[in-house]
Amino acid sequence: MIEIENLSYQIAGHPILSDVSLRLEKGGLVALVGPNGAGKSTLLSLVARLVPLQSGSISIDGLQIGKTADDVLARQLAILPQDLSVASRLTVRDLVGFGRYPYHKGRPRAEDRDRVDAVIGQFELTAIADRQLENLSGGQRQRAFVAMAFAQDTEYLLLDEPLNNLDISASRALMTLLRDLVTAQGRTVVIVVHDINYAAAYADRIIALKQGVVVADGTPREIVNSALLREVFQTGAEVAVVGGRPVVLV
Amino acid sequence: MIRWFCLLALCALACASLFVGVIDLRSTRPDEVWPLIRDSRFPRTVATLLTGASLAIAGQIMQQIARNRFVEPMTSGTGQSAALGILMTAVLVPAAPIGFKMAMASITALGGSLLFFVIIRRLPPTQPLLVPLVGLIYGGVVGAAVTYVAYQADMLQFIEIWMNGEFSGTLRGRYELLWLAGLAAALSYLVADQFSIIGLGEAVSLNLGLNYAQVVVLGLIMISVVTGLTVVTVGMIPFVGLVVPNLVSQFTGDSLRRSLPMTAMAGAALVLAADLLGRMVIYPFEMPVGTVIGIVGAIVFLWLLYGGSRLAR
Amino acid sequence: MAGPGLRVRLFLLAGLLALCCAAYLSLGVRGDWGFILAFRGQKLAALLLVGFAVSWATVIFQTITGNRILTPSVMGFDALYLLLLTGLVWAIGARTYQGLPPQGMMVANVVWMCGASLLLFRVVLRAGEGDMMRLILTGVVLAVLFHSLTAYFRRVIDPNEYAVVQAASFARFSNVDTGLLAVATGFCLAAGAAVWRMRYRLDVLPLGPVLSTSLGEPPHKAQWQVLLLVSVLVSVSTALVGPVAFFGILVTSLTYLIIPSARHGDLLPAAALIASIILVGGQTVMERLLDLSTPLSVVVEFLGGLIFLFLLLRSLR
Repeated sequence: MIEIENLSYQIAGHPILSDVSLRLEKGGLVALVGPNGAGKSTLLSLVARLVPLQSGSISIDGLQIGKTADDVLARQLAILPQDLSVASRLTVRDLVGFGRYPYHKGRPRAEDRDRVDAVIGQFELTAIADRQLENLSGGQRQRAFVAMAFAQDTEYLLLDEPLNNLDISASRALMTLLRDLVTAQGRTVVIVVHDINYAAAYADRIIALKQGVVVADGTPREIVNSALLREVFQTGAEVAVVGGRPVVLV
Repeated sequence: MIRWFCLLALCALACASLFVGVIDLRSTRPDEVWPLIRDSRFPRTVATLLTGASLAIAGQIMQQIARNRFVEPMTSGTGQSAALGILMTAVLVPAAPIGFKMAMASITALGGSLLFFVIIRRLPPTQPLLVPLVGLIYGGVVGAAVTYVAYQADMLQFIEIWMNGEFSGTLRGRYELLWLAGLAAALSYLVADQFSIIGLGEAVSLNLGLNYAQVVVLGLIMISVVTGLTVVTVGMIPFVGLVVPNLVSQFTGDSLRRSLPMTAMAGAALVLAADLLGRMVIYPFEMPVGTVIGIVGAIVFLWLLYGGSRLAR
Repeated sequence: MAGPGLRVRLFLLAGLLALCCAAYLSLGVRGDWGFILAFRGQKLAALLLVGFAVSWATVIFQTITGNRILTPSVMGFDALYLLLLTGLVWAIGARTYQGLPPQGMMVANVVWMCGASLLLFRVVLRAGEGDMMRLILTGVVLAVLFHSLTAYFRRVIDPNEYAVVQAASFARFSNVDTGLLAVATGFCLAAGAAVWRMRYRLDVLPLGPVLSTSLGEPPHKAQWQVLLLVSVLVSVSTALVGPVAFFGILVTSLTYLIIPSARHGDLLPAAALIASIILVGGQTVMERLLDLSTPLSVVVEFLGGLIFLFLLLRSLR
């Protein structure tokens, strides 16, 4: 369980997050939504220890962020950034292999290699396993990075706006993949997402932030309605229910 | 208001420049005072003023042509190209008169700046800091070529003189070429509006019926003449053409007709102040003006780069 | 990609270096072989040390800054070393400086350099984060500033004493300071061992700050250590042969071209071999075969500068 208690964060005196407390249970796909500048990415970065805590506390399965060794946390929680460009020339296999780094620290053992092969097979990357990342399509590259994070064998996987720069087929493929990680593999996935329809379609739980405060929290059915859109996003879009799930009519 | 203040400061500095030197005027015999001033102090003061004013103007025009606030001739290869020209002349035609050297320096400076502009025209406008960076490295590569030639010709001690500006050798009869540089800079005032327009870009210029290429070439010739003459007579002085126009345009805006006189005065004042400082800091020895301005200019440059100025962005 | 192709390439490079060393030692020997071999052997050792120091410093610096255009020299590390050296001579006086044991002074210089560069470049790297052009421009201007300040101190120092620092101010591969070999070797071994221990961690850093943190290697930790090691390595090379602005970029761009691997376990040895081949081979060709008076450093600078421009312009595509 990820426990966030009384988390506040400011940049140059401007509050980005104000007294946020949340509990994210194991299992399930959680989507963080909200308008630009609501503090979603900051919240994710704090949980992923990318930026140091200012006040409040975060613990992951009882491990306090800021007090736990980096390699211990690396076996509990993985994060994928928005920008998936990598400076060096890596093949898909190299990249997925990095997922095992927290376990072998650069000296892969036979079991690490086996795990990498298994993950590559599972993610249907075998055909492109020895291709350079820079020669892949956006969707393929995204898939390779998720495979790497999966090979890290962490309970929790965080993704910061993974749908940016993906077309509709790649977006749907990625969300289906994440859904499958949760349902079939029992992992916990937290994503920041802009398009509330993707959140409504794939997430188990949606947390809406506005100006650094949690303003709505629940299942898509419970919270996605025109009142939420008006209050959080300041837009008057209608919400219809199609096939049993809410859809924003944009 | 600020213009008058600047003029006043300039006059004060110029007067001070006449009286600062190894020989104390108070303890000099009256009949020696005039020759000293006529042959050494006055030429030096005038040379400093002309150099400062024309370099600042050349920098401003280069910034208009490049449409980038961070370039100037001495740090973008023009100065180094001029030094290359002088060096080639000294190696190939050792007995050439100073006028020939000067012409060669200006021609190679023009060649060097033309090449620089060919390169930067291919740079994307989304990366404004790339232009000065390419300029600095380009200048470094031309500088390496200068060192190479100098090494082969055993003339390393000469390039030290051209690569680092200094006024200590300025005497009557040895600085007058700088008047030409001053004249070239002054002439640019006549085409100030055209330079302002090309600063808005090629499309706007064509739209306003301006012959873009012609004005650019005119500007480059002016820059090259000023740079060539300065390098021949006093050596390279970095950053003047960069720092002064940036600071001045904060007060006057970007219309050259309005800013050029101020730029000229401020440039003259800066170089004069730096020269005075250089004369006093290790008295009775001298610190070259290029060194003083290298330190001050680099600090101001970093300040501009990190948002000390709203216009630097 | 650690297939046999890579191994073969490394062995070929090693063989080429051995050939260059043999040529450097044996070509054009007249007179007492014993004396000449000992004399040239010392110079050779210095060249190899410099090749090692510059190449490793550049590779690890490029890794932590996450791009292949920056080098310690472009960012003004060499210039800072000269400034500190000149400042030290000015502060304690050239005569005192010369009276002190040179090895001891080198140790002092290296320590002084580590402190100053950590302070300065941490600030610069922080300020320029995410904007590479601003970062490089800052470095280049800082280098100009350091050079001007060095020139200032040189003038302030008594002209008679100036010769002490003058020798250090120009790159010179033909006339290395062999008196410092023992200390320089010690520093190189220590820094080299530390870098080699870090090689797997260095492999993770190019993935970017987010992913490397996710994998348990937060970049700010490694940044401290790498800056410290870069300072030591640059101090060693600058003390031995003076500043070398674009040599590093020449070496690393060749390395990335020849070695198709992202592993530091492959890149580091290859870079050291390539740098040494350029230095020893180039010096052999220039000194023994062509008998040119132009120092190798000028040629290396010119080529390196062109490569730098080329990389810069290409990075835009």
